[in-house]
Amino acid sequence: MSDMAAKPNFSPSVQAQGGIGTAPVPATEHGDHLHHDDHEHHDQHWLWKYVFSQDHKQIAKQFLITGMFWAILGGTLSSLFRLQLGWPEGSMEWLTPFLGKWIQAGKLNPEFYLALVTMHGTIMVFFVLTAGLSGTFSNFLIPLQVGARDMASGFMNMLSYWFFFLSSVIMFSSLFIETGPASAGWTIYPPLSALPQAIPGSGAGMTLWLVSMAFFIVSQLLGGVNYVTTVINMRTRGMSMSKLPLTIWAFFLTAILGILSFPVLFSAALLLIFDRSFGTSFFLSDIYIAGQALSNQGGSPVLFQHLFWFLGHPEVYIVIMPAMGMVSEVLATNARKPIFGYRAMIGSLIGISLLSFVVWAHHMFVTGMNPFLGSVFMFLTLIIAVPSGVKVFNWLATLWRGNIRFTAAMLFAIGFVSLFISGGLTGIILGNATLDIQMHNTYFVVAHFHLVMGSSAFFGLFAGVYHWFPKMFGRMMDEKLGYIHFWLTFVGVYLVFMPMHYVGIAGFPRRYYAWTGFDAFSQFADMNKFISIAAIIAFLGQFIFIFNFFYSIFRGRRATQNPWNSTTLEWTAPIEPGHGNWPGEIPAVYRWPYDYSKPGAELDFIPQNVPYSQTQSSNLPYEQDMAE
Amino acid sequence: MNPSETLSEKEVGLGWHPKRVLLVLLIFSIVMMFAAFTSGYIVRRDEGNWREFDLPASLLLNSIIIALSSASMQWAYFSARKDEIGRVKTGLGITLALGLAFLVGQYFSFGDLVAGNTYFGGADANPSGSFVYVLMGVHAFHLVTGLIFLAVVLKRVLNYQVHSRAMLSIGNATLYWHFLGGLWLYLYLFLLLNH
Repeated sequence: MSDMAAKPNFSPSVQAQGGIGTAPVPATEHGDHLHHDDHEHHDQHWLWKYVFSQDHKQIAKQFLITGMFWAILGGTLSSLFRLQLGWPEGSMEWLTPFLGKWIQAGKLNPEFYLALVTMHGTIMVFFVLTAGLSGTFSNFLIPLQVGARDMASGFMNMLSYWFFFLSSVIMFSSLFIETGPASAGWTIYPPLSALPQAIPGSGAGMTLWLVSMAFFIVSQLLGGVNYVTTVINMRTRGMSMSKLPLTIWAFFLTAILGILSFPVLFSAALLLIFDRSFGTSFFLSDIYIAGQALSNQGGSPVLFQHLFWFLGHPEVYIVIMPAMGMVSEVLATNARKPIFGYRAMIGSLIGISLLSFVVWAHHMFVTGMNPFLGSVFMFLTLIIAVPSGVKVFNWLATLWRGNIRFTAAMLFAIGFVSLFISGGLTGIILGNATLDIQMHNTYFVVAHFHLVMGSSAFFGLFAGVYHWFPKMFGRMMDEKLGYIHFWLTFVGVYLVFMPMHYVGIAGFPRRYYAWTGFDAFSQFADMNKFISIAAIIAFLGQFIFIFNFFYSIFRGRRATQNPWNSTTLEWTAPIEPGHGNWPGEIPAVYRWPYDYSKPGAELDFIPQNVPYSQTQSSNLPYEQDMAE
Repeated sequence: MNPSETLSEKEVGLGWHPKRVLLVLLIFSIVMMFAAFTSGYIVRRDEGNWREFDLPASLLLNSIIIALSSASMQWAYFSARKDEIGRVKTGLGITLALGLAFLVGQYFSFGDLVAGNTYFGGADANPSGSFVYVLMGVHAFHLVTGLIFLAVVLKRVLNYQVHSRAMLSIGNATLYWHFLGGLWLYLYLFLLLNH
């Protein structure tokens, strides 16, 4: 907090918007807090301020930067295997300086191809879109938007990041060991993952993967219980659950999903560790390897799949729901309209959360499950289309006849809706057991989940970064670079994944290192080249964002206190809030977060902390009653 | 900013202290973990190739011990509410001792399992037996965290930081300890019915 004293322009009254929005701050309160905090850590060392910080905003930035590091790495890995898929006959000799022994006689080592795919999936799903997305924005926005000084436990919050960091270090180090990183796919199905002698990647790389994930789960639990507690306990006066921004509802339900599903993955990982290293047979039975019979008896590899997907399916909603929440917020703000169907939006989030726990076996239609059981899971899966449809309808209805401002964040939010529809429609196809059995091992599935969960979650992440950057760093990101980044990414994503649907329907199999041995697939050579070129260009386009991000931190245009004229509480805090968020009293909340373009109002937005008594001209009759 | 400072500013939520909410959420995550183990157990058993095993009689003794420790914990809690600090110390001490006795008992039960040809791993193992070790082992791990929690609370009691108007730490410890005891009784009953 000592930094707040140094910069007098932090007083919110200086930046008050249009006379409403920010209550004047009693200076004495400010002084009290300052004194108190100085007393605790005199002359805060940079190590405690930037590295081992317990401030939720600092932790959010740590998650974001680490997530960006992982995203670049995950994207690089995908470019490598797209090179292999696009030019299976081409020489990769030029990559030898980077990949060393994984390039043999100018070809990518097939074992390493499996490792690339596995690590790409693991990194993107867990390290970028779980930790990087909800770790960043749950941390950053929950206290600011519910009106709290910090998380319920700042210490546990800091631990959450450092467990994530430890897990990251272990996972990263597994890329450099002699036998290579884990190679059994991000779903680490046994027996491939359970027998260290199976393939090189089943050895030390797999062990490191499991240890890393164990720490990752601890990190998620520490973070998740904190988010939920903060939302339940730390809301400011007047902030009832029905006045929460949709972002907070999304983060809240995401955290609940994490608390309930990650322990199950932990159970599965623990049993797998016992199978690998302690001679148990939970997932192993009747196996011959290299001509020798193993002694393991009585295990079931399908049991692992049940345990894994009981996490794995909620996990995809853990990835997408924070993006949904942020997109709702960005769309309403930039369409200058209340979000359409606020309560329906909350209801659909709750519906999706509940359903996410009872559909896991739709990932396992090809395991030979009882067709009756399959039809039950099919039925439950298809019901998810209902809340998803509600959400899409409400987003479109929010845009309808809005006074739209095409900021970079808004473009990405609209792009999110587009990708979610495109990817969601194929979900209805794959949710049908009969169709899924046909498509399961083709690129159709790859195209589906990359659109609906991969790309759209990334779009939500970008929308969030562009929108809340001013709050994070006190400066604006460059809009023009944002537009270029958006169009490259948006067009790129469609050019990559649309053709994949086509080759998938034609039967082109996924997970194959090379398809040149099959005449039937040689007709897709050009298509594969096309996908690879589009993927690499779209990936390179992300460096525009990286440049824009870091350049704007230091050189961006200075932000005003509420650059988007938004209604939520974080914009009532100083431009760069200190630890504690509001220098004076925490603002109280009087109204819902979507009072945009209210008829009769002076401005086209009324922040949540403005009482009805100050907005006589726009009050509805029942609001007028509350004002008196 | 010290988070506890913010608490005095408003009273919303479930009327629980944030630390109580954190604990309840952690308990939910532990419940999910054991739900995964026990449902995995049932699914696995129904697929066949499942070896029956004998449950050691010593587990009944351990269950009685942990049930008694819950009772002594509750007594300590009630005593704290009545500001009878001496009894709180005695109650916590008895609970700690019974908790340790339970762990030792579980260790001897492992021995009984091995004597009954039920192994954790190796060529003679079957997932049925391995599951028993995992259930008992993971529960024991959580019980150790519970003992550490009790020791911390005992230290607070010795420093006169626990009394009728400072019940949070002992309240949370009591809740967690009852949960661990209840979890064991559930696991014992589960194994009795399904071994």
